[in-house]
Amino acid sequence: MAKKHHLSAVVNGEPVEFLCEARQSLLEVLRDVLHLTGAKEGCNNGNCGACTVLLDGLPVNSCLVLAVEADGCRITTVEGLADATHLHPLQQCFLEDAALQCGVCTPGFLVAAKALLDKNPNPSEQEIRFELANNLCRCTGYDKIVRAVQHAAARLREART
Amino acid sequence: MTASAKPAASSSAPQYKVLGTRPIRHDGTDKVTGRAIYAADLHLPGMAYGRVIRSPHAHARIRSIDFSAALALPGVLAVTSAADMPDLKNKFADLGEGRVNLAHLGANCLAQGKVLYRGHAVAAVAAVSPHVAEEAAKLVRIEYEPLPAVTWVLDAMKPNAPLLHDDVFTESMGQLSDKPSNVSRHIHFEQGDVQRGFAQADVVIEREYRTASVHQGYIEPHACTALWNQDGHVTIWTATQGSFSCRQQVAELLELPVSRVTVVPCEIGGGFGGKIPIYLEPVAVLLSRKCGRPVKLTMTRSDVFEGTGPTPGSFVRVKLGATRDGKLVAGEAWLAYDAGAFPGGMIGPGCMCVFSCYEIPHARVDGYDVCLNKPKTAAYRAPGATQAAFACESVIDELAERLNIDPIEFRLKNAAKEGTRRVDGPVYPRIGLVEVLEAARASEHWNTPLAGPWRGRGVAAGYWFNIGLKSSASASVNADGTVTLVEGSTDIGGTRTSVAMQLAETLGIAAEDVRPQVADTDSVGYTDVTGGSRVTFATGLAAYQVGLDIRRQMAERAALLWECDPALVRFEDGVFRTDGRSITFKELAAKLHATGGPVVGRAAVDPEGPTHGFGAHIVDVEVDPDTGKVTILRYTAVQDAGKAVHPSYVEGQMQGGTVQGIGWALNEEYWFDDRGQMRNASFLDYRMPTALDVPMIETIIVEVPNPDHPYGVRGVGETPIVPPPAALANAIYRATGVRLRELPMSPPRVWAALAAAGKSS
Repeated sequence: MAKKHHLSAVVNGEPVEFLCEARQSLLEVLRDVLHLTGAKEGCNNGNCGACTVLLDGLPVNSCLVLAVEADGCRITTVEGLADATHLHPLQQCFLEDAALQCGVCTPGFLVAAKALLDKNPNPSEQEIRFELANNLCRCTGYDKIVRAVQHAAARLREART
Repeated sequence: MTASAKPAASSSAPQYKVLGTRPIRHDGTDKVTGRAIYAADLHLPGMAYGRVIRSPHAHARIRSIDFSAALALPGVLAVTSAADMPDLKNKFADLGEGRVNLAHLGANCLAQGKVLYRGHAVAAVAAVSPHVAEEAAKLVRIEYEPLPAVTWVLDAMKPNAPLLHDDVFTESMGQLSDKPSNVSRHIHFEQGDVQRGFAQADVVIEREYRTASVHQGYIEPHACTALWNQDGHVTIWTATQGSFSCRQQVAELLELPVSRVTVVPCEIGGGFGGKIPIYLEPVAVLLSRKCGRPVKLTMTRSDVFEGTGPTPGSFVRVKLGATRDGKLVAGEAWLAYDAGAFPGGMIGPGCMCVFSCYEIPHARVDGYDVCLNKPKTAAYRAPGATQAAFACESVIDELAERLNIDPIEFRLKNAAKEGTRRVDGPVYPRIGLVEVLEAARASEHWNTPLAGPWRGRGVAAGYWFNIGLKSSASASVNADGTVTLVEGSTDIGGTRTSVAMQLAETLGIAAEDVRPQVADTDSVGYTDVTGGSRVTFATGLAAYQVGLDIRRQMAERAALLWECDPALVRFEDGVFRTDGRSITFKELAAKLHATGGPVVGRAAVDPEGPTHGFGAHIVDVEVDPDTGKVTILRYTAVQDAGKAVHPSYVEGQMQGGTVQGIGWALNEEYWFDDRGQMRNASFLDYRMPTALDVPMIETIIVEVPNPDHPYGVRGVGETPIVPPPAALANAIYRATGVRLRELPMSPPRVWAALAAAGKSS
């Protein structure tokens, strides 16, 4: 067995160090080594988006990133969206607007939607659909997800003014 | 826009405090923070990781399995194959939704002698890490003798087709064929005099329809962890639609008493019927027994496509006759559905549903259940109904056009209603199809003209039974006036809340004051699968009865406090009253310890289904003549929910089912080569709808209360997948003048049909 690599990263604001094999994906390390199981494996080849995390602020399919590539990076997972006492407005709006059914795609959608709203605080329906097209949901038909993102965007804009 | 159309309010219409509101789901916070534990998220001390080895052939005899190289790899802990399974011969078990041949079920989990489809599980290994298990899997040497394969239902019915089983005979009218056959069952329903019926018809249309296999497509691959403990007790943590069904299947296959198996249902990442059968669970149990550790098995996405149940590919011929004034007089349907590798597919409900929306005095239906070299089919949301509706609703549309009658009017003229006898026998009680069609006709969508070239509007109706079956629940009253509810229905889409709301309504407390928990098989009474759109109806009924039980016990406590006859205590609006005295539910809850101890309500129910769910869909499309791509401009789904307990989640079921139906209609298909190999076993090549492929799905909820439920609930989950393919085919016809009769209506197929009609550019 190959020697493990010693890596460091900032995960959800906290500096962490961990060991991993060269062949392990970032998703595998997040889930199996760091025990952050919020990011899900739906396909393990970049087609479903359930494993979406932010890598230095940009959304990536963590199943397509080798963990060794994340050395020194800032990583945000769904576990890092809420603060100690409050859900992120996206999380709150997903709940209020019934934008999840089984919930397994939800972490990926929340992280991808955060990336969208970070760069575009007032996206159109079409922009939301385009930006979230990398994330598959089989339960909702997307209607309520799109509305929840619009709702959260409005709430975030209000909070800024 | 979402509208809620209600039948004209009458003075007797019940007024609800909780039902019809939209509280935040009880399990929501765990699911938006990543805390909810799905089966693949489970981690146990000392856990080993398994890997299943699957057949590369669509049909082959297994010559030998050699584990020696795999066992020599450091870190490998155990191996297994069908040799470790008990010999079940032709043992049958009732698994809640019908009789199952256990030998076939076992052979689907680990192949016995032959592999019957590419992806068929043959053997498995367990190791210290998933990577070691994967390496070990590659070292297992399996010799196969390939056999000819067949993957299209009509080919598999031919007398010279490759034969899958030598123990499957055709059952028809109680008789068995004398020779083995891929056709396991012939179903025949008939009413009236079909010949006479067609003789009365002024117009008769007969067409043939084909559909490809499609997958349920849940985002969570199957996963489970099993522990065979040193005391012989087995615990399974798994992604299942039915923990008790899973327990029984594993117990029957491994010949264990059910009491020695505990199934702990994890959060489940979608099922749609596909997580009712077991696949990994008995394999993980066998591996755990051998290595003495908990063993986790997970599927890859390709495993899911190639190794778990898709829905049947089908061939359906429908012939309908109508009089000049638009009355259906006769119908005939011939359906062949593939069952996949083992008998027992979805042909039964297909035959029962094909004419289920209409009153047809003279009708005949023949259906065939056909084995072929694809994964064994599993239920998929209204299993069997969508293929049948695609055929029937397309012919209905042609008839309406031929008779120059508006397609909704034509359906209304012939709609099934209370007293209509379905071709398979049952007579409908109070149903809501007429109200659904009237709501569609009155909708803003239907009344907004659609203009422009290559654009068209289609409509279709759909039906699903919605079943009853068994549910158990209990609830304990807390001193702060809240209630903890324990139920056995695994929650795929928010049923904790729709069930809890019915208990809250019954007790006159807030939805938030009920805390629902889904329990394991040791902690709650027997409960059938989460399927058949039954949970909000049947487990909801159990919750209602739990509420009545609690009310009765609480009234006795109030009577004790007031030193009166319990029969004189009334319960209204969350308050117990007797002459001149009253106490709220909350106040009384605080006094339970002083009046005799805890109050625990319980109920076990087995209500009669079906509850009959009808829907109608309207869709506007634009077809690109250069590429054959169909763009959906607008979509409206109308459905009778009986009573929409939580309207947001009813809308969500309608929207989600609709979009699955759109995927089935326009893009999704298992694509096999001539050796029976699926060539598109990934989410890239098996094209499910993305957010960019669909518009908002407008919903109109109709409420025609179900007389067999105290709150009128009918169940809503499955019906919305039924109409979309026919609605889209009808819309494409209006847009192009070309009728498509094969699914999916993918761009190449639409383009080819336009080209054949001289209409493409």
